[in-house]
Amino acid sequence: MSRIGVFICHCGSNIAGTVDVARVVEAARSFPNVVVADDNKYTCSDPGQQSIKEAIVEYNLDRIVIASCSPRMHELTFRKMLKDTSINPYMLEIANIREQCSWVHKDIEAGTVKAIDLVKMATAKVDKDTPLFTTTIPINKRALVIGGGIAGMQAALDIADAGYPVTIVEAEPSLGGKMVMLDKTFPTMDCSACICTPKMADVGSHPNITVKTLSEVEQVSGYVGNFEVTIREKAKYVDYATCTGCGLCETKCPTKVASEFDQGLGQRKAIYKPFAQAVPSKPTIDAAHCRKLTSDKCGVCEKLCPTKAINFADEDKLTTETYGAIVVAIGYKLIDWGALYGEYGGGRYSDVISGLQFERLVNASGPTEGHITRPSDGTEPKTVAIIKCVGSRDPEKGRSYCSRACCMYGAKHAHQYLDKVPDGRCYVFYMDVRTPGKGYDEFYMNTQHDGAVYLRGRVSKIFEQGGKLICKGEDTLIGKQVEVAADMVVLETAMVPADAADRLGSMLGVTRDKDLWLSEAHPKLRPVETNSGGIYLAGTCQGPKDIPDSVAQASAAAMKVAILFSKDELESNAMIAGSDASLCNGCGACVNICPYSAITLEEVTRRENSRMVTRQVSRVNPGLCQGCGACTVACKPGAMDLKGFSDEQIMKEVEALCQW
Amino acid sequence: MVQILDLSAATQADLGSVAAIAKSAGVDFDDCYQCGKCSAGCPMAHEMDFLPRQVIRLLQLGQYQEALGAHTPWVCANCMVCSARCPQGVDIAAIMLSLRRAAKRAGLRPEKETDIFDDIFVGNIRRFGKSNEAVLAGMFNLKSGHLMQDVLNAPKMAVRGMIGPKLHSVHDKDAVRQLVDKCLAAEKAKGQAAQSGGEVSPS
Repeated sequence: MSRIGVFICHCGSNIAGTVDVARVVEAARSFPNVVVADDNKYTCSDPGQQSIKEAIVEYNLDRIVIASCSPRMHELTFRKMLKDTSINPYMLEIANIREQCSWVHKDIEAGTVKAIDLVKMATAKVDKDTPLFTTTIPINKRALVIGGGIAGMQAALDIADAGYPVTIVEAEPSLGGKMVMLDKTFPTMDCSACICTPKMADVGSHPNITVKTLSEVEQVSGYVGNFEVTIREKAKYVDYATCTGCGLCETKCPTKVASEFDQGLGQRKAIYKPFAQAVPSKPTIDAAHCRKLTSDKCGVCEKLCPTKAINFADEDKLTTETYGAIVVAIGYKLIDWGALYGEYGGGRYSDVISGLQFERLVNASGPTEGHITRPSDGTEPKTVAIIKCVGSRDPEKGRSYCSRACCMYGAKHAHQYLDKVPDGRCYVFYMDVRTPGKGYDEFYMNTQHDGAVYLRGRVSKIFEQGGKLICKGEDTLIGKQVEVAADMVVLETAMVPADAADRLGSMLGVTRDKDLWLSEAHPKLRPVETNSGGIYLAGTCQGPKDIPDSVAQASAAAMKVAILFSKDELESNAMIAGSDASLCNGCGACVNICPYSAITLEEVTRRENSRMVTRQVSRVNPGLCQGCGACTVACKPGAMDLKGFSDEQIMKEVEALCQW
Repeated sequence: MVQILDLSAATQADLGSVAAIAKSAGVDFDDCYQCGKCSAGCPMAHEMDFLPRQVIRLLQLGQYQEALGAHTPWVCANCMVCSARCPQGVDIAAIMLSLRRAAKRAGLRPEKETDIFDDIFVGNIRRFGKSNEAVLAGMFNLKSGHLMQDVLNAPKMAVRGMIGPKLHSVHDKDAVRQLVDKCLAAEKAKGQAAQSGGEVSPS
């Protein structure tokens, strides 16, 4: 016989306003095994908790029901309270009579009856509660950062400065990501490379940081504190241990390829460093374009190299290491506007360029050495149209969200153009100007004073006429059709999730939102955590952001890693699934349905019907299981049960509701 | 002089009629960003009193009578460029058609010649099951009083086989006629209901 105490909370008038608490107390006294039922104005307050503790001693209670707000609000509070008593913290049930009752009803009679039902169910469930215990998991204090852009570098530096070893995995040949491609940064107009490349150098030389470029995460298994990660380091065909980065190979390579770093506006060689300040400052060979590797001719770099660092026989290297935490900072890519915007020429006009291409055009180390010229004929454009929201806020083309940074970099581009071409004209087509940030709106107003003409309206079509690009729009503020005959058009295109988000999301068990960005655990209160323990998000992989926000989130993610690493062991979740080997038929349905890859099949030899039998049964990894319960539903023989939510407990709740 | 628009003067009947236009066109006026991409690309905008975006704005503000009296829906060529380019998928061309029909039922026809053309076109379909350019052009010139309009185009059209002595018609003319009659009767019934003051759906 269990000894149950039931405590009903008024929550001021939050509950008592719609629920007749005295009647609920009265009803609770009549439920089986209830020894005491009482009410309190604020159960969560110190005096409220004290009265429960006293009742536990006075009535020798062995389990309790608290009817109050949502368990998400105070279940942990009351579990902590029980730690000081004779009762196991899990011998507790919360009946949610606030969010799911008083707050959503106005009728006191109906509200009271429902509250009594909810308490009844909780009482039936608590009767079948069993003590649960947490275990401890050792923590491997090494962090993996995926992505070497500004967010990844910031996270890595912060974790490394806190004293923990970090590995950065970067898919490109150099650190730096998108930021290092930018010319200047709004609103202060400090040179992007000047603030980004020192960080790259810091990362490259930090004693606690290992940089793996041209690499990707191949496989991840394990759980918080103990991730087994396989990293594929692609063949670079250059031995970085002997290469001095002198650059002689690059000067003599005969193959020229469109430069990814310069967004196709410039060229690079087949053996190349993407840009002068690349970290590591050593070249790689692009196997798809190298003559030696494609047709076994040339090989001039090998002959020239003074340190004999070229190795055409180089192969991908796979390494597997253990990490305690993972920060995902894989960034974004720009939307493929050419495929979506036929009305803007769909990529037919070479003088309709993206914002990132403009960054390379205006950059002193870019393909034009900072002279703004038309890609088609190299002349200086005297009229430039800037079009915002290309791909953003356009659900018909698949993206309904605002990309957040474009209003500001659109204003920056207008400012930079008018700065370099003082006799030029600049028209900015916009839908709304969104400048929430320190000094942002002032920057936008300054751009208007620079001479940029802002036109409120979306461009309907761009077509070529007499060597000009005609942009047809409406100035919605005067309600007239307008046309701008531009020499060059800059499209401020939407940020969309990086290609790797899909593969990494499913590999790490991180969900993605409707726009396919990686999802944080809670949009307000847990913005850098994910639903998978030990995996954190930094930068634009979580959603469009500008540089300050990316850096802030990266430092926040680093702090979360440091908090995790500050302990030697981690307390596991007690309410996890467990499989009864005697019932399990080894069908594997639970293995397939588990979103956290926490269940495996393993062979056991056990005595069944007086003889030894060897067969497959499922086993739950307590470190990985997040207690979602999906496996218990999938399990046909009923072997899988969620501790704290067993089938028996749930059936007792149903019985209480139907039969008492 | 700039007129003051009294927004609070929009009546419940006006709001109901605006909702009926939205329903019949299958759109939600609140979807509109007022970005103007529809109006930017409209080939008929130079003939309009309100740009298509502004017509939607009038409807967003509940200014039903103003929208109903607008010339824009009657100038609209229904080329659908606006609907194709709208980032929010608002079918602007359908709004124009709905407004045109609602105006006609209310006894308004801001562009008389468009109305004459519409009637002749429907009559043509009713008679032949499809449109005959020669009949359409001839009757339009007669009814509109522009007797010689586009007459010089006739030889060219004849050479290209677009018009000729033989009138085109479809295989089952009667079936098409029944369809047209059914639609016209429904439209007429709605028109009478509208005249008697009841709130009706234009669909």
